[in-house]
Formats: sequence, structure tokens, C-alpha cells
Amino acid sequence: MPEETNAQLDTDESVPPAEPKAAHMPLDRAIETQADLSAEINALGEAYARALKEGSSAETQPRLDYPPYRSSILRHPTKSLHHADPETIELYSPAFGHQDVHALESDLTIQHNGEPQGERIIVAGRVLDGNGRPVAGQLVEIWQANSSGRYIHKRDQHPAPIDPNFTGIGRCITGPDGSYRFTTIKPGAYPWKNHLNAWRPAHIHFSLFGTEFTQRIITQMYFPGDQLFPLDPIYQTIVDQDARDRLVATYDHSLTEPEWALGYNWDIVLTGPKRTWTENEALGAAGDEE
Amino acid sequence: MSNQTKLVPTPGQTVGPFYGYALPFEKDNELLAPGSPGSIRLQGTVYDGAGHTIPDAILEIWQPDAEGNILKKTGSLVRDGYTFTGWGRGAVGNSGVFTFTTVNPGPTKQVPGKPAAAPFISVAIFARGLTNRLFTRIYLPEDTEALANDPLLRSLDPERRKTLIARRDADGGLTWDVRLQGEGETVFLDFQ
Repeated sequence: MPEETNAQLDTDESVPPAEPKAAHMPLDRAIETQADLSAEINALGEAYARALKEGSSAETQPRLDYPPYRSSILRHPTKSLHHADPETIELYSPAFGHQDVHALESDLTIQHNGEPQGERIIVAGRVLDGNGRPVAGQLVEIWQANSSGRYIHKRDQHPAPIDPNFTGIGRCITGPDGSYRFTTIKPGAYPWKNHLNAWRPAHIHFSLFGTEFTQRIITQMYFPGDQLFPLDPIYQTIVDQDARDRLVATYDHSLTEPEWALGYNWDIVLTGPKRTWTENEALGAAGDEE
Repeated sequence: MSNQTKLVPTPGQTVGPFYGYALPFEKDNELLAPGSPGSIRLQGTVYDGAGHTIPDAILEIWQPDAEGNILKKTGSLVRDGYTFTGWGRGAVGNSGVFTFTTVNPGPTKQVPGKPAAAPFISVAIFARGLTNRLFTRIYLPEDTEALANDPLLRSLDPERRKTLIARRDADGGLTWDVRLQGEGETVFLDFQ
């Protein structure tokens, strides 16, 4: 398979090997404390609040340049993004269908012989474009840690148990109304090496396509009420509270299934579209339900 | 029924370090089989602001076929070995190098009244440490007149313009590097 990074890499986001003493040894890069990081996060948040008060418009996307997320320091463009009108191929999107994704791939709890450990949940919602139109028949991919906060990835050396019955990968194709639905296990929070005692709030990674390639997005869905939100430099790369809230699912008792699983609802809104739609497209998936 | 309510888009987030067991799939970077007629290798290296290679980035390309047709064919995730869908995904290896097997994109049909756009491959880049995906383009180096007339390239300084034009390799392939930051920083695009 194409990509397998190995454990020797200088990875400031993996934690030391799972030897008994390793977790207590001083970490080279992790000399900064949560208090140091929180001070930086809060200063940036306060500066943003002042700018808003003085009439700046609200930010809706993460900042590419957000120093508290240490690995972004050398990985953000320093020049502003160049405005371009999308052209030709950019105004269309790759097509995915049932050849690409099996219906069972949306259930992350049935990929092995036994039931995974943890709290079974249903995550469902709709994918919409910026005009509120459903994005029908399009690919949604997710990946996540298991219930104890461990990823099935060589580089995740967090000394929490691997669950032999949980891989943490799911896919589905949206329905005619843009709907998606996954059955999975609620992921655990996990530690990383951004600073000493850094913990990521529980999250599920989502990868989405729209009807135009410029709508392509990868993001993370969080769970309501997580106490780690104010401390997490990745969640806080989005400085606007309303924008951050858009990544947090809502507990939805109407999605909850009796004696089976708790339900969370999360809708995703893509940018655009920019292309002038043909009449058929404007009718949406109802026009071609095949 | 066009509902013109403008909704605020959901924010992006970094792809993180652990996409490697989730996003890659078999033949993800082979838009057609290596060695098949017309196929070329597209390769490059991803660098950070210190000039170091990045071992944890993943790229997607989306392009017309060699005749300039924009395809709407399914089958990118489970490739049948014959159908060119125009889309591929390629993670970099430990040395920061990505590789795709694809074709030279042909010129797409022109919109009447608009200046000719030179053929290009659309690219989305994701990486640990990159808080949101970045979009850019890879242009073919040969048709200098089309490049000179291209609306996007014309709007860029010559120094920056270079970052979007691939080099032609001796074997007919293309090499195009990504510099996320610093000297020779790649031009990244904002479509909003």
C-alpha cells in the first residue's frame, strides 16, 4: 500500500513508545506547558475579539498561520492566497458511486469478528453547498481513534489499548437529499506532543467532496461539551466561536436507537458553488435518482 | 428550485498525522496503469519553510483527459485498470516525494468570449501542520503562448508564476515541487 510512514520520523505529534517509564520521561520538544499555550491561545482570541469590536468581519475558516499549533509554524504559506476564478476542471468534481463504496462501509462496528469496545453511536447529517442545495451521490470518508483514544497507525504510540475489533475507517455515498449516516464508537481523547500534557478533544476526521473541486474539504467533527476545547491548539486554529461551533455535533435523541446507540447530528456546508448550473443539475438529485 | 440562501461554510481542519491508514487505497495514485500508452509520471517533493522535506502530506489531483474532456466517471476508489476517471490521491513517502501515473491534460473547450486557458491539473494539498487544505495548479511547460495568455498566470509576478509550471523530464514525465513556505513559495489559490 502506498503510504506507510515509520516510527523513526521526527514526529512532534506522536508520543513515546509504550514502555512503562516512557510516558514519565521528559520529552525534548514538550518543555512548554499547557499554561504557556493557553496564554498564547487566549491572547490571539482576545486580539480577535477586539478586531471584531472595531468592525473587522468574522473569520469563518482556520488561520493557516496559528503559532500555538507548533507544527504549523513552518508549514503555512506566508504570502496571502492568490484570488482566482475557478476555471474548467475546477468547476467540476470527481464522481464516486456504488462501484467505489460498499453500503456496509458506513458501519465501523462490523468490520471484524467481534463487537468493538466503547459507546456505540450513530453520526448522521446532510452535506449541503453554500446555497443550501443537497450534495447528492458524493463521497464521505471518516477516520477516528478507538474508544480509548488510540489510532490504528504505526506512528500512534500512545500506550492505550488497540481494539482488535475496531479499525476506525468508514465511507459512504450521500443520498439524494445529501444525507450521510455512520454507525461507530465514540472516540476517546488522545495525547499528543504539541506541548506538555497536550490532549486532543475527541473527534472524527471527515473528508468531503462537493459538486466542484474547489469545495473539497477535510475537517474534524467534535462532540458537544468537551472540556478540552479551550485548551486545544487545533480546534482553536479557528478563532471565531460561531465558526468553531460549526464543527460540534448536536446530541439528537431522535437519532438515538433504543437499546442500541446514541445519535449525533452534524450537517456540513461546503463553499460555493461557482458554476452556473444546468437545468438538470438545478433540479438536484430528485431529477436523476438512479 | 434554486434556494439562494447563503449558508456559512463549515471550517476545515488539519488532516493530522494519522490519515495513513484511512485515506490511501490500492492504486490511489495510478489514474491509469504505469506503462500504459500515453501514461506519464507526475512527481514532486513537498518542502516546509526550512527547506526540509515533509513526510506527512497527501495530495489529490483532478484533471481532464488527454483530449481535454472533463469526465464524470465513477470508479476512482476501485479502479478497473482501464477507465481514466481524472482523479487520484497520493501520499508522500518518507522523503517527501509523491508520484502519480496520469496523462498530460488536454486543453478543455473554451468558454466563448473568454481568453484561452492553458491546460492544467488542479491540486489539493493536505498535511499535518497545515490547518486547512490548499489549492493550486500544475501547468504543462510546452505551450508558451497559452501560458502567456492564461488569466491566472498573467496575474502573477514572473517569479511566482514559475511555481505553477512543471518541468518536463527526459522520460516524458513531469516534475513539480511544492514549497509551503519561504523562498520559492508555491502560489496557492483562493476561489471565494
